Amino acid sequence: MASNHPVLEIRDLSIALPKGSDRPHAVEKVSVVINPGEIVCLVGESGSGKSVIAQAVMGLLPKSLPVTGGEIRLEGEEIAHATENRLRELRCVRMSMIFQEPMTALNPVMTCGDQIDEVLRTHTQLEPQQRKDKIIRVFERVSMPDPPRIYDSYPHQLSGGQRQRVMIAMALVLEPTLLIADEPTTALDVTTQAQILELIKDIQRDKNMGVLFITHDFGVVCDIAHRVAVLRLGELVEAGPTHDILSRPRHPYSRMLISSVPSMLPAERPRHDGARTVLRTEKLTKVYGGGGMFQKARTVRAVDNVSIVVRQGESLGIVGESGSGKSTVARCIARLIDPTEGRVTLGEDDVALLPQRLLRRHRRRIQIVFQDPYRSLNPRRTVGESIVEGPMNFGASRSAATQRARTLMETVRLDPDALDRYPHQFSGGQRQRICIARALAMEPEVLIADEAVSALDVSVQAQVLKLLDEIRERMNLAMLFITHDLRVAAQVCDEVAVMEKGKVVEYGPAADVFLRPQHAYTQALLAAAPGRDWEFGKFEAA
Amino acid sequence: MTVALENEVDAAAARAAAVARPSIWIRLLRHTSVLIGGSIVLLMVLIGLCAPLLGTVPPAQIDPTVRNKKPGVEITVRNDDGSTTQRTTLMGTDSLGRDIYSRVMYGARVSLVVGFAVGAISIAVGVLIGLLSGYIRWLDGFIMRIMDGLMAIPGILLAIGLVSLFRAGLGTVIFAIVVPEIPRVVRLVRSVVLTIREEPYVEAAVSVGTPLHKILWRHVMPNTVAPVIVQGTFICASAILAEATLSFLGIGIPTDTPTWGNIMAEGRQFFRVYPHNILFPAIFLALTVLAVNMLGDGLRDTLDPKMSKRV
Repeated sequence: MASNHPVLEIRDLSIALPKGSDRPHAVEKVSVVINPGEIVCLVGESGSGKSVIAQAVMGLLPKSLPVTGGEIRLEGEEIAHATENRLRELRCVRMSMIFQEPMTALNPVMTCGDQIDEVLRTHTQLEPQQRKDKIIRVFERVSMPDPPRIYDSYPHQLSGGQRQRVMIAMALVLEPTLLIADEPTTALDVTTQAQILELIKDIQRDKNMGVLFITHDFGVVCDIAHRVAVLRLGELVEAGPTHDILSRPRHPYSRMLISSVPSMLPAERPRHDGARTVLRTEKLTKVYGGGGMFQKARTVRAVDNVSIVVRQGESLGIVGESGSGKSTVARCIARLIDPTEGRVTLGEDDVALLPQRLLRRHRRRIQIVFQDPYRSLNPRRTVGESIVEGPMNFGASRSAATQRARTLMETVRLDPDALDRYPHQFSGGQRQRICIARALAMEPEVLIADEAVSALDVSVQAQVLKLLDEIRERMNLAMLFITHDLRVAAQVCDEVAVMEKGKVVEYGPAADVFLRPQHAYTQALLAAAPGRDWEFGKFEAA
Repeated sequence: MTVALENEVDAAAARAAAVARPSIWIRLLRHTSVLIGGSIVLLMVLIGLCAPLLGTVPPAQIDPTVRNKKPGVEITVRNDDGSTTQRTTLMGTDSLGRDIYSRVMYGARVSLVVGFAVGAISIAVGVLIGLLSGYIRWLDGFIMRIMDGLMAIPGILLAIGLVSLFRAGLGTVIFAIVVPEIPRVVRLVRSVVLTIREEPYVEAAVSVGTPLHKILWRHVMPNTVAPVIVQGTFICASAILAEATLSFLGIGIPTDTPTWGNIMAEGRQFFRVYPHNILFPAIFLALTVLAVNMLGDGLRDTLDPKMSKRV
């Protein structure tokens, strides 16, 4: 479609939020232009309105979020107020969208082929055989192994990466001029993410498409975008070519955001060689499964012979992709689940196979901070009650425990008077601080952070990481840091263990693992990290 | 917000989190079906409590001279001392000359007592068993098989059996209705507990050494309250109906205590000639059950928004 219009032109777009929200507009006077053959990234933290813009373009906004001003032009055609019928004609044909979660975006009871066939039946006059050929071709285009098999597969039979490829195939089958990708790789592992990003870039070049790419990850931005628009609370903060924004951001918010991205280079850290060993696991193994009465036993070795050592004042990172068993290790150590065999030595005591009755005495010595700040605190108890619960279980009086809770609130930089509030009155970052305070109230010897910063926005993440590191140093804690994010591990870990399929494949000082990786898997992980070559936060003088 | 904050991004998120939602009571009062259902239930409770003050005569008082009078008829009642009084019967009289208006007013007591008692008992027992079954895995299979067994017992049959074993009465009726309801509550609570036990805040409580009974009481049970209250209102409504059914069949509350069910049973044989005998208790019964159900629907919408979308 040759035209001299940009693929997408958003002018002064404003979208209202329902009454009683914290601000009047979801998006206010945002302008973005996407030319043919261009990838534009919308970057912003949660609540910045980036997904709302994507929905507005596709005409998928809920009724509670009306477009109140501005225009959206798709190749010159105004679509912000287009009829539902017109939008239906445009979707898939001239603009397509791929979503974050490929499992829920595909219908689980239809084969992948049938789902794409439905698109073709709706929008084209092709014969069944032509349609099937076209679908097989598009599967080939998105580099699917064995396209005829994929055609007949149900979504649950495919891996996450394959499902996302099916979504991309569906979006591209009618060769739209605009592709909207809403965090398409956020739910994927880092190696799969690298492949999907490569694929999107490749197809985009090939078809000269315009791509509106939504992400919160500056690594991804760095790898894929031609131009970047930074959003904050529904307003466009800054826009420009990727290199300019990353190296010379003008707005203080963009500067703050970009410099919050942790570096891939391991930080210089003091060594803890002589320190006392606090936690040691030997051949820790967790086997799941075992058959029922009528089933054959099927077992999975989620954790396989893991031996690690954490010394006082030291932080050990366990990194790996989903399903590598890193969280299972943490939960075995905290005895939230029972290990199958092996030893977990805490000081002098082996707690791996202690029965619950004897275990309780040791509970306070290991504390854990969980991933999801919204589910880690009981919504029906005040945060103060949550914090004093542990010490009171071990005989502290309420007044002493409360006094200590107030001190801890200051330690995690929250107002002590906020103790009688409920969790829903706090933001995600604040809740994670409260969870840290709750863990510290037990005066543990080992603090486990199980993906404790993964759910947080990058700027909040940076603060919580800093806080954790300070606390470790001040209280001389041994820390076990479970994360999938190599950047985070590089910044806060003294030692790093890389896990793959339940086994530790590489284990050593962070500097060695990051700079001189030995195992092929570690090398692949590092190579796949988005934006690995860019040093974020080292700005050139404007 | 007075909470000290390090940066304004988080501050904005905190402000968003702190936007006050109207309190639960205000949201309940704004809900039409809660308002209507609640008012009718309240009215019924008042009627039950104040039955003697509502111009009623003793509901069991038999007067063969004024049998089968239609509503609105003026009757002459001979008092014990020989004098007579004139009275208009609002809802007529039955075949033994008892005043139906008085019987219906007093009948509200039994219906509501049965409804609330069955609701409260089956919830209390069901929550306790459900918590144990959902949280303590090795008890689960055992408890659930017993519950399956209980569920297989037809309520009416159980009631007939109990009445023939013991005396017919309020306690027997309540017990007979409670038994088949318990497994339903247990299943509901168990399913909620199964999801809550996986929540990180429960694991956090485990890892700070909280004993089992405190975990169940503080962390698990409060989060089952919303669906349980909703289920409770539906149990209440069905218990009122079940009691009426049992009384109607003559295996419930003895006939000297008026209940909506046995007033209707009484009127059954002359239904074609004197429909008022069945009509008035039936209206009250239907209205009460409808009101309790409306209240339940409204509570579900307000307390448990996820569930309201599912149904």
